[in-house]
Amino acid sequence: MQVTITINGESVSRDVEPRQLLVHFIRETPGLTGTHWGCDTSNCGACVVLMDGKPVKACTTLAAMCEGHEIRTVESLEVDGRLDPVQEGFHEKHALHCGFCTPGMLMTSRALLDENPNPTEDEIRTAISGGICRCTGYKNIVAAIRWAAEQEAATRQGA
Amino acid sequence: MQTPAPFEYERATSVEGAIASLVRQGGGARIIAGGHSLLPMMKLRLATPEYLVDINDLTDLSYIREAGGEIRIGALTRHVDLERSEVLAAHYPVFGDAERVIADPVVRNRGTIGGSLCQADAAEDLSAVCTAANGSAVIRGGEGERIVSMDEFHIGPYMTAVGEGEMLTEVRLPLRHGGGSAHEKVERRAGDWAVAAASAALWIDGGAIADAGVALSAVGPTTVHVSRAEELLRGKPPSEELFAEAGALAAEDCSPIPDGRGPVDYKRHLAGVLTKRALRRAAARALHQEA
Repeated sequence: MQVTITINGESVSRDVEPRQLLVHFIRETPGLTGTHWGCDTSNCGACVVLMDGKPVKACTTLAAMCEGHEIRTVESLEVDGRLDPVQEGFHEKHALHCGFCTPGMLMTSRALLDENPNPTEDEIRTAISGGICRCTGYKNIVAAIRWAAEQEAATRQGA
Repeated sequence: MQTPAPFEYERATSVEGAIASLVRQGGGARIIAGGHSLLPMMKLRLATPEYLVDINDLTDLSYIREAGGEIRIGALTRHVDLERSEVLAAHYPVFGDAERVIADPVVRNRGTIGGSLCQADAAEDLSAVCTAANGSAVIRGGEGERIVSMDEFHIGPYMTAVGEGEMLTEVRLPLRHGGGSAHEKVERRAGDWAVAAASAALWIDGGAIADAGVALSAVGPTTVHVSRAEELLRGKPPSEELFAEAGALAAEDCSPIPDGRGPVDYKRHLAGVLTKRALRRAAARALHQEA
């Protein structure tokens, strides 16, 4: 079947089987391998992308279900060479080591800050509880998201 | 790679259209909503539907409202909306308790109450919640609607009263004065299935328990409805001793199996303790004494 999905603002159309999962539809699109395919069982969160602004697990969503919806992947965070504040935060606070969980963590963090610009540590830990990181122990990820929140608050004040 | 077996896919544009497709396609057709119960089963080939009817566009099935002395919840209502609902927080806080520990927030953005109930996994939380709340399910087919109690809805492990050519459209909960409810769950890690979980609802009138609902997750082949505990509670004033006694009945009446989440005696112990705690919190809420 022909499936057309808007990914990072661009319309992507392909003939796929109805059983194709969103994570594979995305990764088979040239230039979009940033979304990781991990546990395949909606546990690890490496495949999280935003669907109409909300984080979803792309391994447990059919591509066909996304026709007519806006998907945003990790590639959309950096714009014209400028990193998104959550990316900067992960860099500043050393919130990754192997990097496998990072795309999902970044998209989950972006969605959290879009909805709640000043989250508490508890709110951050709850928001990222659908992602598994085996390197950091989460401490630096939480610090990175707080860093991004503060950075964005400062930018808003300055604006 | 885990891939579902091949199937045909259709996106429904109306409830009537979805039911007409189910009737036309027969036993090989299934409804898909959030997909967070069905797709994992399909990847494991434990479910192999030949035809999927996607109801995600049927937004008129996504609602939580008061009507006809009941709370009515549309089958497509997502977990995140149940978690944040003010109507449910006011009348059935058991939903908020359960939703905060069902899977994780990302999964809760997609999964629906209809999908959870129709999956009918014994470890699934909302089946126990709806049973304790004395809820009922509205099932629609080509011939019209029928309403069944949660006991009638659950006919076996992963089996519900929803038949060929039918779909669950709504869940109804009674609106009654003096109610309080709570859900208690023990899980090994964030987002895991329950080792055991207990849902309780109490309606207190004039210092005595007018009615009670108690149900357990993950400690039997299906959701365990602890009717003996409910009978014990009715007509008596709420007390710690009474709740402990009800917990003991819950521990006796469940039938857990040993697995990676724990041995039988531990799960029975949990069923009892969690029932007692859920009843204690339900009573505090009914009496507006919650700390």
